[in-house]
Amino acid sequence: MEKMPKWADVILVPVVSLLLAAIISVIVFWSVGQNPWEAIKLMAFGAVGTSDFLGYTLFYATNFIFTGLAVAVAFHASLFNIGGEGQVLVGGLGAAIVCLFIPWPHWTLALLAGGAAAAVFGALWVTIPAYLQARRGSHIVITTIMFNFMASGLLVYMLSDALRPAGQMQTATAIFPEATHLPSLNDIAGLFGSELFGRSPVNISIFIALLACVGVWLLIWHTRLGYQIRAFGQSESAAKYAGISAVNITMIALLISGALAGMMAVNNTMGINTPQLVDNAAGGAGFIGIAVALMGRNHPVGIIIAALLFGALYQGGAELSAATSIPVQIVVVIQALVIMFTGALDQMVRSPIEGLFMRFSSKAVKE
Amino acid sequence: MNAPAIELKGISKAFGPVQANKDISISVMPGTIHGIIGENGAGKSTLMSILYGFYKADAGEIYVGGNRTDIPDSQAAIAAGIGMVFQHFKLVQNFSVLENVVLGAEDGAMLKPSLAKARKQLKSLAEEYELNVDPDAIIQDIGVGMQQRVEILKALYREADILILDEPTGVLTPAEADQLFRILRRLKQEGKTIILITHKLREIMDITDTVSVMRRGEMVGSVKTVDTNPADLAERMVGRKVLLRVDKTPAQPKDTVLEVRGLNVTDAQGVHRLKDVSFNIRAGEILGIAGVSGNGQSELLEVLGGYEKATGEILLNGEAIDLTGAHSDGQSRRNRGIAHVPEDRQHEGLIMEFSAWENTAFGYHHDARYQKGALMDNKAILADAQEKMDRFDVRPPNPMLAAKNFSGGNQQKIVVAREIERDPDLLLVGQPTRGVDIGAIEFIHQQIVALRDKGKAILLVSVELDEIMGLSDRIAVMFDGQIMGERLPSETDETELGLLMAGVTDTDAPHSVKEIEDNLAHAGTGEKV
Repeated sequence: MEKMPKWADVILVPVVSLLLAAIISVIVFWSVGQNPWEAIKLMAFGAVGTSDFLGYTLFYATNFIFTGLAVAVAFHASLFNIGGEGQVLVGGLGAAIVCLFIPWPHWTLALLAGGAAAAVFGALWVTIPAYLQARRGSHIVITTIMFNFMASGLLVYMLSDALRPAGQMQTATAIFPEATHLPSLNDIAGLFGSELFGRSPVNISIFIALLACVGVWLLIWHTRLGYQIRAFGQSESAAKYAGISAVNITMIALLISGALAGMMAVNNTMGINTPQLVDNAAGGAGFIGIAVALMGRNHPVGIIIAALLFGALYQGGAELSAATSIPVQIVVVIQALVIMFTGALDQMVRSPIEGLFMRFSSKAVKE
Repeated sequence: MNAPAIELKGISKAFGPVQANKDISISVMPGTIHGIIGENGAGKSTLMSILYGFYKADAGEIYVGGNRTDIPDSQAAIAAGIGMVFQHFKLVQNFSVLENVVLGAEDGAMLKPSLAKARKQLKSLAEEYELNVDPDAIIQDIGVGMQQRVEILKALYREADILILDEPTGVLTPAEADQLFRILRRLKQEGKTIILITHKLREIMDITDTVSVMRRGEMVGSVKTVDTNPADLAERMVGRKVLLRVDKTPAQPKDTVLEVRGLNVTDAQGVHRLKDVSFNIRAGEILGIAGVSGNGQSELLEVLGGYEKATGEILLNGEAIDLTGAHSDGQSRRNRGIAHVPEDRQHEGLIMEFSAWENTAFGYHHDARYQKGALMDNKAILADAQEKMDRFDVRPPNPMLAAKNFSGGNQQKIVVAREIERDPDLLLVGQPTRGVDIGAIEFIHQQIVALRDKGKAILLVSVELDEIMGLSDRIAVMFDGQIMGERLPSETDETELGLLMAGVTDTDAPHSVKEIEDNLAHAGTGEKV
């Protein structure tokens, strides 16, 4: 018997988690002397109140879709890729190199090549942790988190030395050539003579992200590789019995995961208003991807919804701290609360709800 | 007349929508051995867990010695004089016998007085019940039979008057089981009350005074053991007439299908798991491997199934099989026509979280008929699953249901259907009916015999001697990674097989239980026997 119906698992549990996070957030706002209702209204307005704000929300959601998918694919193989942050940075390096050093005639080609380079670089960055996990049993959580630090170090070096144009103060690459600039959704709307999302950076990559969702859905539930990944993730001993190679599946699942994380660079490096690679390019998206995947139940549709939610939270939080005296740290606390309740404390909410359903269904049987 | 030692009245317990116990009443007289028999999932263990305070009953009353007693936890059960010997022992492996006995029943913060007291107590218990164990032996160094005795001592040390034993013979050789029964009879003589939970009809007939039969959470009835017989009990358990013996004609063996020559396996700890194992199986024949669990049978299946490396030689239809290289995995073995019903369906044969239809393709997910271009043809797999489930009478016949939601017998049917339907040259079968209800056992046995009659070779590994004796055309006995000998079922009996299982080859000479236990304790440790 299933412990509870699917709708409860997919909708009720996340909603209750969010409510709990909201209740604690209200207490937090109160404790710093703010009117919680006003703060929440401001946050909501900051997330979706204007076309511009909504554009930013979508822009962040695009980031989180990529990293959420990355975490989800690894999760299906029962591997916890916590190194999305580093893979995003190194993916950005790949995109930057391709955009800066090859003269592209048109943005479409640059998008394809940049996206491929970002994916390859992201995958490369997880290769060593993946190999160590597959062959040596070094725990992927430990190695990928260490690789996050290395990625950040590597990026600082590249951006302050090798890739920094002479005379530029900022630790960043030069702005990419005009021909590589991706059209924003506003540009696209402009083709039809309308205006959309104002100056927000939401751009064509959002469609790449949605395509990636379809791709992951096909991969996981409709290909042999996905079948093997899920089988291995559910039961290593059964996979062994079936002749599924643990080494191969571990490597492949993590490489795909790294590639998806790396591809986020298409959005946050190539897609922004001034396309260039900056030193804090990931901006925590790698970690938020973990919460997105957890809340989205490792399913692309769930990930899209969760990514939108976290995008709104991210953007609304930024507006909130800009518009009020609420310190930005409080906004981070609110975001952390949501991540904590929907991700880490999932079981805390799930078990009582399951218990309730069990009790009700057993009563129904008796009567 | 005395009050019953234990009386349960109207016990009910539900887990969600599943009614594990329905209005169960049972009465156990003091100084008797009371058997509780039933298929897997009949609710025996739940009932005993309620009695031992692990679960709280939804309704019903418990009387101990005529007094209404609440048993909210195991401490209360112990205080009421109830002791439990679990199927899986709860002993600390690197503690001594004495330390294990005292554990949880220490008298104070300092250990020494408790240990001294326990040592004295153990000595008198040993004299009283013929329960001899060395108090200073470390648990991991002693055999399974001895460990079980420690569990019994633990209960007696806590002054239990009522002992519950859950499937106590599952891990024992026939000789050890006999020894256990002697101890139980002795305990009964001394006035203890014993509740024996088992699914083995023979044990019920051998040792119990009364027997209660459970079916699907309900108490079918209690009878005096002398007034019943195995066929009657089986019928009560299943709810219909069942064939206890396997119905088969003599084998018609043809050409040799499998030849195993000098197989050796050494595990990661350097322990020699298989030692020069050689045998062959012909088409149309079932070779049964008997043995106490853990004597190399699992490794043998793993090597043949392709997921354990080995040295030696295996020929299938005269052609060598790769034992170490690139073609040594489950996939290559299936391509060669070896199908495998693994010993552990929950961790090997099935992915419990996958639906039944996905499990139908498991291991055969490379089959051309399951592919559609770059994708898997999920519709074809689903149709195939539905067809197999109908033919093998899997209940419920819903391929969308996750494997974990089927009963043990139906899970096993899914595995057997998948493997047998490939029409393999060689079928490996490990513990085909472990945790499977009697009705399904009958069906699975019929399927295995039918495959044999189609001229296929079958290797059967089972720890159930009855199953080995009933199904096999030839029997090989494994002990400590070696094959101790081969026998024909018609020319051997349980006593002889039991001695071979304990590593004794001169089966005609008299042997002590002690000798057999020592042998078994050393098997698999890499020490010389």
